[in-house]
Amino acid sequence: MRVVIAEDLFLLRDGLTRMLEAHGLEVTAAVDNPDDLLAAVTSSRPDVAVVDVRLPPSFTDEGLRAALAARRQVPGLPVLVLSQYVEQLYARELLADGSGGIGYLLKDRVFDSAQFVDAVRRVAAGGTAMDPEVVARLLARNHGEGTVAALTAREREVLALMAEGRSNAAIGAQLVITERAVAKHTASIFLKLGLQPSEDDNRRVLAVLAYLGA
Amino acid sequence: MDRQTVSLVRRRWPGRTMAWLRARVDAIAHGVVLGALSIAEAVLFHPVLLVLAFVPLPGIGPVVRQLNDLTRRVCGEWCGVAIGSPYRPVPAGEGEGGILTWPQRRRWLTDDPATWRDLAWILLNPMIGTVLAGASAAAIVYGIFGMALPHGSTQLAGVISHPLYGILLAAGGFLAAPWLLRGYGEFARSLLGPTEHAELAQQVRHLAQTRSDTIDAGAAEVRRIERDLHDGAQARLVAMGMTLDAAGQLIETNPAAAHALLAEARENSIKALGELRDLVRGIHPPVLADRGLADAVRALALDMPLRVHCACELTGRPPAPVESAAFFAVSELLANVSKHAEADRAWIDMRHDGGVLRIGVTDDGRGGADPVRGSGLSGIERRLASFDGVVAVSSPPGGPTVVNMEIPCALSSPKTSSC
Repeated sequence: MRVVIAEDLFLLRDGLTRMLEAHGLEVTAAVDNPDDLLAAVTSSRPDVAVVDVRLPPSFTDEGLRAALAARRQVPGLPVLVLSQYVEQLYARELLADGSGGIGYLLKDRVFDSAQFVDAVRRVAAGGTAMDPEVVARLLARNHGEGTVAALTAREREVLALMAEGRSNAAIGAQLVITERAVAKHTASIFLKLGLQPSEDDNRRVLAVLAYLGA
Repeated sequence: MDRQTVSLVRRRWPGRTMAWLRARVDAIAHGVVLGALSIAEAVLFHPVLLVLAFVPLPGIGPVVRQLNDLTRRVCGEWCGVAIGSPYRPVPAGEGEGGILTWPQRRRWLTDDPATWRDLAWILLNPMIGTVLAGASAAAIVYGIFGMALPHGSTQLAGVISHPLYGILLAAGGFLAAPWLLRGYGEFARSLLGPTEHAELAQQVRHLAQTRSDTIDAGAAEVRRIERDLHDGAQARLVAMGMTLDAAGQLIETNPAAAHALLAEARENSIKALGELRDLVRGIHPPVLADRGLADAVRALALDMPLRVHCACELTGRPPAPVESAAFFAVSELLANVSKHAEADRAWIDMRHDGGVLRIGVTDDGRGGADPVRGSGLSGIERRLASFDGVVAVSSPPGGPTVVNMEIPCALSSPKTSSC
């Protein structure tokens, strides 16, 4: 799997490269600014781009804008955006085009390399990796609204993990329940929220995020 | 003109004429009252007032100031001439228990030019003020009863008299009433209003006050940040270092225990990052830095547990300190709404016109917010005062609560940002 990294801090760029390579991914380019990122994604056509939100010149949200620009330039390019903080507003902008292959994670998540690499692979495969903090805030916002409040505690746990972009198998492993039990919960959630059930994991995640108002 | 317009015009005409007549009748009546008061002041109080100007009564200050404050207020309401208070503030008492000593009182009064201008007003008002205020009523009375009516007997010697002149004089007095009353107001302002010097002095006092408030608030903020760092991230990093050291010692002899310690160190680093993130959010929210006020408020609205509707139209960015103050004001207000108001919805509207940033925060909660007791609201007031900003709160019991804020400022760069 081929990865392009855009991160302005040398230490983090280097660390990310080594970590991904240690897990058997190939880093084709590691750049430190938006222009080089755009050049790298067009020339080397990676499977996924890992982009820091803050990039030069102004160190505000250039990374986010560069990620969106890269997706326009290379349609469907999977992008995983890393940030020191997460905002629902930015998550919404990333998800706005309604297609998959989007990740938005706190930088802290790289501490758990296995989970982080799993997220990178998921995004590269066209899936979603939404940070638990974003999901928690989405759920908090929907808490008082009838339908989400009608879910059981367990169903809310499953819903949160689904919104993060996990597959049934991953959700089962996390909650220590069988995949069949997860499937039962998801069916019940979709029924209560009035969503169209879907076998396709990616479409299911996007439907849930859209329902929560991301 | 279609029929509807015609009927509209017809309906409006009598209204306008009535308003025009009403304005003049009011002006004449007010003029008479003011003129009578001027004469009354002169006849009854003149000698006494001169004394009272320098002798403050306990608690209320000199009586002359109270009376002239009344005149200032009346001029604002009747003559349409707003007159600010020109007096210097009462100095801090040097006497026992912080009361003013007599020499201090004397200096406070005699050193203030406004005291002498008050006296000039008392002397001149019965002459000039009475004429301006009473002229139109006098013209009408004299024009009708003195000249126009046949039994008029108070004709001025040597003036050719004719009933027509009388009517003209009365009509002139009637028409000129509002202008004469305005003239009275202007005359009052020339003596009772603050001089340019006094206005500047007042502004300097205001600036000194808000500056010291700002410095205090800044210092308190720095102390809070220092404490948060000390108790939070710093403590965690120390703990992390110790845990890593222990892990290093155990790695040969007891790899399993070392592993557990490393996991603990990682946990601590995540918590330290979380605390730093919260701290940064409190100092300068990331979206505010990235996108400016409108998007920052929109992001804030998304994080609220209640539904918040944003109508924010800004064509550029206010100066950074104003942005920050406005953001934290909105943040504080929304926090209040979600904590106390029991509201389902809130609305934020933000726009910039006439050199003023206007922000309104409305909620459909239970109302009854008290700006005097609510320390949050007074904090916002102080914060905005550094930028000459103001806050107005309307919160009747049962709601809705409406908070309006206005901060004079200019917008930079015509970059469009809206939400």
